[in-house]
Amino acid sequence: MATISETSPDKRNPIARLWSNQQARSVIIQIVTLTVIFAAFALIIRNVVINLEAVGKEFSFDFFLYPAAYDITFSPFIEYSSRSTHLRAAVVGLLNTLLVATCGIVLATIMGFTMGILRLSKNWLVNRMVYCFLEFTRNIPVLLHILFIHGLVVTQLPVPKQAMNFADSFFLTNRGFYLPSPVWEAGAWIVAAAFVISIAFVVFFVRWAKKLQEETGRIYPVFWISAGAIVGATGVAFLAAGMPLSWAVPELKGFNFRGGVAIKPEFIALWLALSYYTACFIAEIVRAGILAISYGQTEAAYALGLRPNRTLQLVIIPQALRVIVPPLASQYLNLTKNSSLAIAIGYMDIVATVGGITLMQTGKEMETMIVVLLIYLTISLLISGFMNWYNKKMALVER
Amino acid sequence: MADTAPTYEVGQHPDMPPPRSEVGVLGWIKHNLFSSPLNVVMTVLAIGFLWVLIPPLFEWIVLDAIWTADSRKECWDKMEVPEGAACWAFIKGRFQLFVYGFYPHASRWRVNLSFVLLVMAIVPVLYDNMPGRKYGLWYAMAFPFIAGWLLVGGFGLTPVDTDQFGGIMLTFVIGVTGISFSLPIGILLALGRRSKMPVLRILCVMFIEFIRGVPLIALLFIASTMLNFFLPPGTGFDLLIRVLIMVTLFASAYIAEVVRGGLQAIPRGQHEAADALGLTFTKAQALIILPQALKISIPGIVNTFIGLFKDTTLVLIIGMLDPLGIGRASLADAVWAGLAREVYLFIALFFFICCFSMSRYSLYLERKLHTGH
Repeated sequence: MATISETSPDKRNPIARLWSNQQARSVIIQIVTLTVIFAAFALIIRNVVINLEAVGKEFSFDFFLYPAAYDITFSPFIEYSSRSTHLRAAVVGLLNTLLVATCGIVLATIMGFTMGILRLSKNWLVNRMVYCFLEFTRNIPVLLHILFIHGLVVTQLPVPKQAMNFADSFFLTNRGFYLPSPVWEAGAWIVAAAFVISIAFVVFFVRWAKKLQEETGRIYPVFWISAGAIVGATGVAFLAAGMPLSWAVPELKGFNFRGGVAIKPEFIALWLALSYYTACFIAEIVRAGILAISYGQTEAAYALGLRPNRTLQLVIIPQALRVIVPPLASQYLNLTKNSSLAIAIGYMDIVATVGGITLMQTGKEMETMIVVLLIYLTISLLISGFMNWYNKKMALVER
Repeated sequence: MADTAPTYEVGQHPDMPPPRSEVGVLGWIKHNLFSSPLNVVMTVLAIGFLWVLIPPLFEWIVLDAIWTADSRKECWDKMEVPEGAACWAFIKGRFQLFVYGFYPHASRWRVNLSFVLLVMAIVPVLYDNMPGRKYGLWYAMAFPFIAGWLLVGGFGLTPVDTDQFGGIMLTFVIGVTGISFSLPIGILLALGRRSKMPVLRILCVMFIEFIRGVPLIALLFIASTMLNFFLPPGTGFDLLIRVLIMVTLFASAYIAEVVRGGLQAIPRGQHEAADALGLTFTKAQALIILPQALKISIPGIVNTFIGLFKDTTLVLIIGMLDPLGIGRASLADAVWAGLAREVYLFIALFFFICCFSMSRYSLYLERKLHTGH
C-alpha cells in the first residue's frame, strides 16, 4: 500500500519546499531578521564613527572628570560648587531626581487613596466634586500643571522681606520654603543606635507575632507595640544622652534667609504638580480595586464573626491590593519618568544636569544621552522588578 | 381621634403614599447629602468650599473679564482692581498665532483644508455603522500623506518650511502622525512579542522595554541632538521629522503592550479553531485573532492616544512652538507680560476639550462593545 508522499511527490523547487516546512521557515526568518538588524547596527555605528570624525569629536567619558563650571542651586545631600566635576554634577542630578520621585510617590499615594475613597462616598456632592477635579486634571498635560504651579509659587508668594511666618521658624517665600534644620551634637549616635535596634526588634516581633497567630490564633496588638517600641526606645535614648539636638533656625539677612533648610520653589512646584497629577490616576486605580471586591466578601467575613476593622484588614485590603498594586507601580514609574520635565522650570535633575548643561558645555551628545538613558532604564528595571516580585508573592494560589 | 380612624379588614388596607421625606427632592437630598453625621459635615464643608471658590473664579474668568484692549496696561486700567479679572483681549489678539503658529498667511487655507479633511477621515473611523465605511477607512489611511503634502507643500504647492509650523496645528500634526503610524507598528510589535521564534520575540521585548523605560523627553533630546549622527554623512532631515519618528516609536511601544493584553485575553481555542480550518498564520491573525483582540484593547488604545496627545507639549523643551511654547513666547513680549494665568487657562481648556472627548468616546465604545452579560 502506497503512502501519500509516494503517490504525490512534491514537484516544486527545493526553496518552495523548504518554505512550506514550518521549522525551516522559522529558522530562515530568524536568520534573515538577525542579519538585517546586525547590518543596520553596523551601518549606524559606521555612520557615527565617520560623523564624529568629521566634526572632530572622540567617543570617551573623560569629560566626567573635568570641572563642570556651572552652578546647581539645589543640592540638599552633597556638597557641590561650580568647581566640582561633571561626575559630581551628575550625582547631584541623580539624587535630585530620586528625591523628587520619592517625595512625589509618597504624596501622590496619600492623595490618590484619599480621592479614590472619596470618589466612592455616598455623598453626592463630594463624589461629584472629586470627579470634576479628577477629570479636569487628568485631561491636561502634566507640563502645563508644572508650569502653572511654578508660576503660582514664584508670583503669588511674598518676597522674603514679607515672608509668611510660622512661629518664627518656618518661612514661606517666593524664593522657597525655609525651615529649621536639626544640628546633632555629641552623643547623637546613642539615639541613632537605639532607633536602629528598635527597628530590628520590631521586624523580629512582627514575624514572631504572625507565626504565633497562625499556630495558635492568639492576636497581639502588633501596631501599637511596634510604634511604642520605636518611639519609646528612641525617646528614652534621647533623654538619656542629654538631648543632643539643637535647631538651626533660618534668619532674614539682606534679601534672603540664611541657615536652616531651604526648599526651592522649583522643587515645590515640581513635587506638587507631579503628585496631584499622578494622584488623579491613582484615585481611579484605587476605586476600581475596591469595587472589584464583591460585597459577598464582607458579608462572609461578618458571618465568620470578624469585627469590621479586622474584616477590612484581613479580607478586603489584601484582595484589593492584589488588583491595585500592578497599575500602581506603573504609575510610580510614570511619575519618575515625568520628573524629567524638571528641565522646563530649572530644577536640576539628571536630565537637566547631564543631558542639559553638561551636554551643552562639552558637546558630548552620545555619551551624556547614553548615561541618562542607562540611569532611567536602571530605575525602571528596579521598579518593575519589585512589581514582579510582589505580584508573585501576592498571586492567587489556584488549583 | 383614635376612635374616629377607620378600621380595615385584614389585607384590605389601601396603599398609602410614601412619606414626603422619602421621595422627591427632599428624599433625594436626605439620602444623598445628609444620610449620616459624617455626610452632613462633608456636605457643609463641600458647600463652603464651593462658595469660597466658584463665585470669585466665575467673576474673574467671565463677568469682569476684559475682551478688547491693546496692551496689558490698558487691560488692567479698565478693571476696578488691576489683575482682578482675566484679560482675554490678549488671547483674542493672538488667536491666529495660537492656531497656526508662524505658518505663512497666504497658505493658511491649506491648514484649514487639512483640518476639514481630518474631520472627514475621523468620522468613518469612529462610527462603524456608516454607509460606505470601507472607502472611508481607505481614505483615512491615505489621509496622513495627503495632509503631509498639503502642509509641507511641493508638487505644485509653495513649499513651507517646517520651522514655521506651530501652535494647535503643530499639536495636531504630531498627535495625528503619532496615532496613525504607531497603531500598525504597535500591532506588529505585539505579535512579535508573542511569536514562537525566539529571535523575533527577544528583539521585540528589548525594544518595547527600552522605550517604556526611558522618559519621552530623553528620546526627544536624542532626536534633536543625536539622530543625525546615525545617518550617512551629508544626509539629515529636519527636526520635525525626527520628532515625529521618536513620538511614533514611543507610542508604538505602549500600543504594543495594550494590544498584547488583548491578544492574551483570546482563548487558545480560537487559535486552534483557526488552525483546524487550515488558515495560514497571516489569515488566522487578520480574520480571527486580531479583530477580537483589538476590540478588547480599544479602551487601552484610546488611553494611549490621550497620553500621546498630552505629551505633544514636551516638544516645547526642544524649542518647538506648540501652543504652550507660543504662549510662553508671547509672555516674553513686554506689552503683554504678566498674563500667564490667561495663557495657561486657554491652553488647558483646549487640551481638556480634546482629551475629554476622546475619553468619552472610549467609554461609549466600551459600553457598545460590551457583549457579555
